[in-house]
Amino acid sequence: MFNHLLSLLIWLPIVGAIPVLLAGSARPGLARWISLLVAVLAFVASLFLLPAYNAADSAMQLTESHVWIASLGVHYGLAVDGISVALILLTTFVTILVIVGAWEVIQDKPHQYMAAMLVLEGLMIGVFCATDALLFYVFFEAMLIPMFILIGIWGGPRRVYATLKFFIYTFLGSIFMLIGLIYLYLKAGTFDLHTLAMLPLTMKEQTWLFFAFLIAFAVKVPMVPVHTWLPDAHVEAPTGGSVVLAAVMLKIGGYGFLRFTLPIVPDASEHFAWLIIVLSLIAVVYIGYVALVQDDMKKLVAYSSVAHMGFVTLGIFIAFMLVRDANNIDAAKLGMQGAMVQMISHGFVSGAMFSCIGVMYDRLHTRQIKDYGGVINVMPWFGFFYVLFAMANSGLPGTSGFVGEFMVVLASFAANPWIALFAAFTLIIGAAYTLWMVKRVLWGDVTNPHVREMKEINGRETFVLAAFALAVLALGIWPQPLIHLMDASVSQLVQQLAVHKI
Amino acid sequence: MQLSTSILLTIALAPLVGCLLAGFLGKPIGRAGAHSVTILGLLISCALSFYVLYQITAGGAPAYNQDIYTWFEIGRLHVSVGFMVDRLTAMMMVVVTFVSLLVHVYTIGYMADDPGYQRFFSYISLFTFAMLMLVMSNNFMQLFFGWEGVGLVSYLLIGFWYKRPTAIFANLKAFLVNRVGDFGFLLGIAAVLYFLNTLDYATAFASAPSLIGKTLALTANTHWDAATVICVLLFVGAMGKSAQVPLHVWLPDSMEGPTPISALIHAATMVTAGIFMVARMSPFFELSEGALSFVMIIGATGALFTGLIGIVQNDIKRVVAYSTLSQLGYMTVALGVSAYAGAVFHLMTHAFFKALLFLGAGSVIIAMHHEQDMRYMGGLRKYMPITWITMWIGSLALVAIPFTSGFYSKDAIIEAVGESHRWGSGYAYVCVLVGAFVTALYTFRQMYLTFHGKERFVVVGHHGHAHDAHAVHHDVQAHDGHADEHHAPSDDPHHAHKPGELEHAPHESPWVVTLPLILLAIPSLLVGFFTIGPMLFGDWFGQAIHVEEANNVLGELGHEFHGAAAMALHGFASWPFALVALAFVITTYIYLFNPAMAGKIKNALKPLWTVLDRKYWVDDVYFAIFARGGVALGRLFWKAGDAAVIDGAMVNGSAGLVQRVAGGVRRLQSGYLYHYAFAMILGLILLLGGFWVFGSGQIGQ
Repeated sequence: MFNHLLSLLIWLPIVGAIPVLLAGSARPGLARWISLLVAVLAFVASLFLLPAYNAADSAMQLTESHVWIASLGVHYGLAVDGISVALILLTTFVTILVIVGAWEVIQDKPHQYMAAMLVLEGLMIGVFCATDALLFYVFFEAMLIPMFILIGIWGGPRRVYATLKFFIYTFLGSIFMLIGLIYLYLKAGTFDLHTLAMLPLTMKEQTWLFFAFLIAFAVKVPMVPVHTWLPDAHVEAPTGGSVVLAAVMLKIGGYGFLRFTLPIVPDASEHFAWLIIVLSLIAVVYIGYVALVQDDMKKLVAYSSVAHMGFVTLGIFIAFMLVRDANNIDAAKLGMQGAMVQMISHGFVSGAMFSCIGVMYDRLHTRQIKDYGGVINVMPWFGFFYVLFAMANSGLPGTSGFVGEFMVVLASFAANPWIALFAAFTLIIGAAYTLWMVKRVLWGDVTNPHVREMKEINGRETFVLAAFALAVLALGIWPQPLIHLMDASVSQLVQQLAVHKI
Repeated sequence: MQLSTSILLTIALAPLVGCLLAGFLGKPIGRAGAHSVTILGLLISCALSFYVLYQITAGGAPAYNQDIYTWFEIGRLHVSVGFMVDRLTAMMMVVVTFVSLLVHVYTIGYMADDPGYQRFFSYISLFTFAMLMLVMSNNFMQLFFGWEGVGLVSYLLIGFWYKRPTAIFANLKAFLVNRVGDFGFLLGIAAVLYFLNTLDYATAFASAPSLIGKTLALTANTHWDAATVICVLLFVGAMGKSAQVPLHVWLPDSMEGPTPISALIHAATMVTAGIFMVARMSPFFELSEGALSFVMIIGATGALFTGLIGIVQNDIKRVVAYSTLSQLGYMTVALGVSAYAGAVFHLMTHAFFKALLFLGAGSVIIAMHHEQDMRYMGGLRKYMPITWITMWIGSLALVAIPFTSGFYSKDAIIEAVGESHRWGSGYAYVCVLVGAFVTALYTFRQMYLTFHGKERFVVVGHHGHAHDAHAVHHDVQAHDGHADEHHAPSDDPHHAHKPGELEHAPHESPWVVTLPLILLAIPSLLVGFFTIGPMLFGDWFGQAIHVEEANNVLGELGHEFHGAAAMALHGFASWPFALVALAFVITTYIYLFNPAMAGKIKNALKPLWTVLDRKYWVDDVYFAIFARGGVALGRLFWKAGDAAVIDGAMVNGSAGLVQRVAGGVRRLQSGYLYHYAFAMILGLILLLGGFWVFGSGQIGQ
């Protein structure tokens, strides 16, 4: 019954984009409703993953495989594990909210906007399903196109600079990955990820491949120092573009580390784990300070994303120290699970934060913090959501933002107390930059007369923010279902870390 | 008889339900609906808490410890949400719900005309929920949840009047300073997990002795004792939450919040969470003499030096705030000498009399039309007798006059410190003894300035409408937060007058305000007399608090304890009482008979006064270093790191380099034949020359 569920999930939104396009700019209402229908169908289809996927089994499931390019041995190979399932659910969930969020906000060519969003959704799901490295690469690169269009057409005044920077940065990164993949293909004769994971490689080979992958995924995450495209892209992107970028696309970097770096080059990863850990801690502390002084709300949240994604890379790479140096499997699992939970949580929280900024931008057409102040006086319900998401961004227990960071800090203490010390610094600096922004935007008396005229959120906006809020709270109050979903897969990954390839 | 899970769940969740109803349905259910549902929730919670206390003390119920649901499970690590209710917890539950209930009732009067009425009730019920989750937790994760949860509500309530710049400064400051504490606390929890492989209290406490001899390698050559690391880190959390030096700076500023929450959160309950936590963690702290010395010295320093600041305050709420800092220091000292029961006992009595003093101060503030400066008060006793008498009862308990509750708890602490031989206990003893004198000085000064002596305010003018009927409500919140700013610009002519001018005479507050005062005055007077025997010297806490035999100072004192009455009578002949009496004589002389003297002393001791008035410059230094310094550092990182190095040099730089190289290379393509011919000749010369210089060896071979 679920034989082609993954293909359905990928192609439903992509094919669904066609009628949306056909509806044309003459019938924007129709285009919106079709795209919403497609997004909802995709979400419902993704819910079928939950019964179809057996969380107790660590193997890749729902496998599909067809020969794609026979001469190169390339397969159209799809399968999921618990981590992919979680990320696919995140993608379909966020896409609905993005489409609802853009409903009447996007007035210029709404059908094209919606279609681009749906295509993007399908491609991102493809990234999370692909078991063939070349197929992965195709989805990985193709994904850039709709995002390029979203920023380039519906973006802000400096969108050309931002799109170029975004495109060249990420493309430059993935070129190195392609070279690495070609090398692996020449050696193994296949692009099948499972086979590549078994391939013995010398330390020298692993080192080269490690850095090839690192450049590709570090740009996506993004890690310091290749993060500077993100603030620019966010600032220029339309709200929906920012939400998808922050909520899902950044996760593909973290996902890439799990699918490529860890299984294919484990020994080089162990050798260079310190480098990733140091860069992650720099992301938490240094970027935290940079976020503190931003004047533009979107830039601030973009920098905050970089800092929070630091926990993802930190959680993944301390696992090496824990498994191989300390032989502490439980702590390694804790760190790895923390990284995964942080990815999902950051999807909700950053998506929600960008949606909030979008709500304000639609009213005042500025993202500068100084133009606001006292918004709570005119938009109390909005204020409720804004404070909730700000608290989640500061890692308050009871919200999803706490769970992943808590787990990563606990695990990193077992690796080295100093790592935990720097990681836990997020409690202070994260609260400082987030709540200082809240203070200047939300609290206080109204000083700007335009703020006085801002209208309370309408039903559509309330729906979007409430959906995010429920997700943030549900994950914060009871993370066990998500952790259970990913448990077998994470255990499997951690077991793999112990296996040397040399 | 077992404690039932459903009763405990009801206790914790009833306030949460009240919070959600008042918060989300505030408009439809209205003001009366909002206070009814929240008070009903608290009533249920409080009644059941008393029932649980009864069951566990008189009913012989064993301590309850059960998980409610699994929060997460990874490998062998199982983290749950659950309750552990023993005598320590039961006592805390009663204190929290009782004070919270009274504060809810009081709020009906205090916030009567505030536009945020429902929101306020929603917040204080949410606070009660978070606080209950904190004290009832059976594991470190949930403890941290409650810990930060009360911090969140504190943030929301300090900034309740969000239009006031000072309030939203204070709430950010409070949250961030608390986060510094939580930073240590989280690392402490991580250390517990690292050494003991569990976050569950019972399991962790059972295996606490295994910490002995374990060390944590900080560098290759420094190894720190595991128990000391855990305890110091956990205590850093307590320093934030319980406002211990040097993380005390947020508490005085928290007075920006409405008075009911100053009583509930910033005096009676939340700030004592750190004290409770350390008492709960006694199995760990008992393993580390070093950590306990640290705790004791921090506490003693706070007890004396923050109390001194209280002497120079003119704002009636700030006096009580500094007094709270000082009393929290006393509790911490008690923890430091292993007199955990003494600390918790003082926590309980302090919750009653300090909530009373705050609510009394609030009653005065209502009467004075939101004037908080004591220099414009005086002689209020004849206008508001109930407030006057109840506040005196609270004050006598605070300065520890024998037979009051405060006497039993504070005297026991001073005695315990005197009995202790811990490193630094001599310093601590001097601090707590002098602290007793200081406490009496600022307390009597406050009472005299407020209720006695000449009236230093004038009643000017009458307005046409009937003020007296609703005056109390009218002035509480009509100005929506600008109330205590003396020169707050306001369009409302009511509030345009000078400090010390009232538009009608002060009068006693309504019954919703005075009833809580009376209900708090009773335990402030009596609870110590009846409970000191069992709680301090009778092993009432049983297994809940663990003290090593060698550290058991309370056990030593217990040998000399012959009943509460005898202790009180003996108290009249002790040093602390003599110091209080001296302070009484001094303040009575100055403030009743020779008011000019205060000014003279102030001028004579100007440098000292300045030091205290500037709060030892701690706030200024912090602001300069952490706030301004942090922003400067951020700007440096951003401009120098991200903008100049990464984007400027690397990203746009390489783009520019490509452009320049391309531009240069393009110029070579000039299209002139002689350019190309010349280049070919040059190339040939270079090539041959190169062979001749570098390659001749190979050619020769």
